[in-house]
Amino acid sequence: MSAWPNDRGIYAQLRKLADFIAKTRAEIGQLHPEDVKVEFITKATDELDAIVEATASATHRIMDAADLIMDAASKLPNGQSDQIMASVTSIYEACTFQDITGQRVTKIVGMLKTIEERLDRMVAALAESDVMGVPTAPTKLDGPSSDNAFIESREESDARLLNGPALPGRAHSQADIDAIFADGGKRR
Amino acid sequence: MTVDMKTPVLIVDDYATMLRIVRNLLKQIGFDNVDEASDGGRALQMMKLKKYGLVISDWNMQPMTGIELLRQVRADSDLKTTPFIMVTAESKTDNVIEARNAGVSNYIVKPFSSEILKGKISSVLGAF
Repeated sequence: MSAWPNDRGIYAQLRKLADFIAKTRAEIGQLHPEDVKVEFITKATDELDAIVEATASATHRIMDAADLIMDAASKLPNGQSDQIMASVTSIYEACTFQDITGQRVTKIVGMLKTIEERLDRMVAALAESDVMGVPTAPTKLDGPSSDNAFIESREESDARLLNGPALPGRAHSQADIDAIFADGGKRR
Repeated sequence: MTVDMKTPVLIVDDYATMLRIVRNLLKQIGFDNVDEASDGGRALQMMKLKKYGLVISDWNMQPMTGIELLRQVRADSDLKTTPFIMVTAESKTDNVIEARNAGVSNYIVKPFSSEILKGKISSVLGAF
């Protein structure tokens, strides 16, 4: 049977823990969390917004050109415009990339905001904690505080279904969707 | 049953680009009576003012999502039989099940082709 550590052993462990917390606090301080928040996260969000704006603008220009081609093709004699019309349709189809890109970027902006919030909470928790690093109040990261938190509202349930486009290889194809749909919504 | 190409169609999406793409694809298929709404709430208002023969809606919109629009349409005695196709990037099984349970007529995953759109419209409205 192993003996309980003596007072000196406990003190040594606590000392190590306190040193670790102090070191972590110092390291986080050196990271300049405010700089990360203001400089990097804000800049990254702005850059991503600019991507969406630029792709939207380019897409509209592509579609303006496709509209002109379609108008011109419609004036050609029957049969001569079929290939042109098919190609214009392909251009329209390809332009859906902008919608998918926008949704992906929105997802990334959401992730950056989550990082920002967690960074804020981590800094606040370290600032409020005593030398042993015990937070003075529970944070959202602690999870649900009551049983009621597990009862999902329709809004929460709907929000859970908003994931945006999945990565290639992880998304259901139209054929998969059709199969699920044909099954009458049975879970696979 | 064959598709009446004069059927009024309402497309709902918060991306202007997507509205334009779907409108153009519908035009190429032969539909020219097409209206647009940029969110579920606006779509519902428009549906109460004009009878649409088909609604093609995105899911991910604010403040009213496509699924909430679908539920409200199905709960409204005047609108509940309106054919409703969901066109969305949400491709998880849970989404398809939720939409089907809410009464969606068909489900298209983005990105999609003109042929897919035409096929799903045909499955809902009849042959071209």
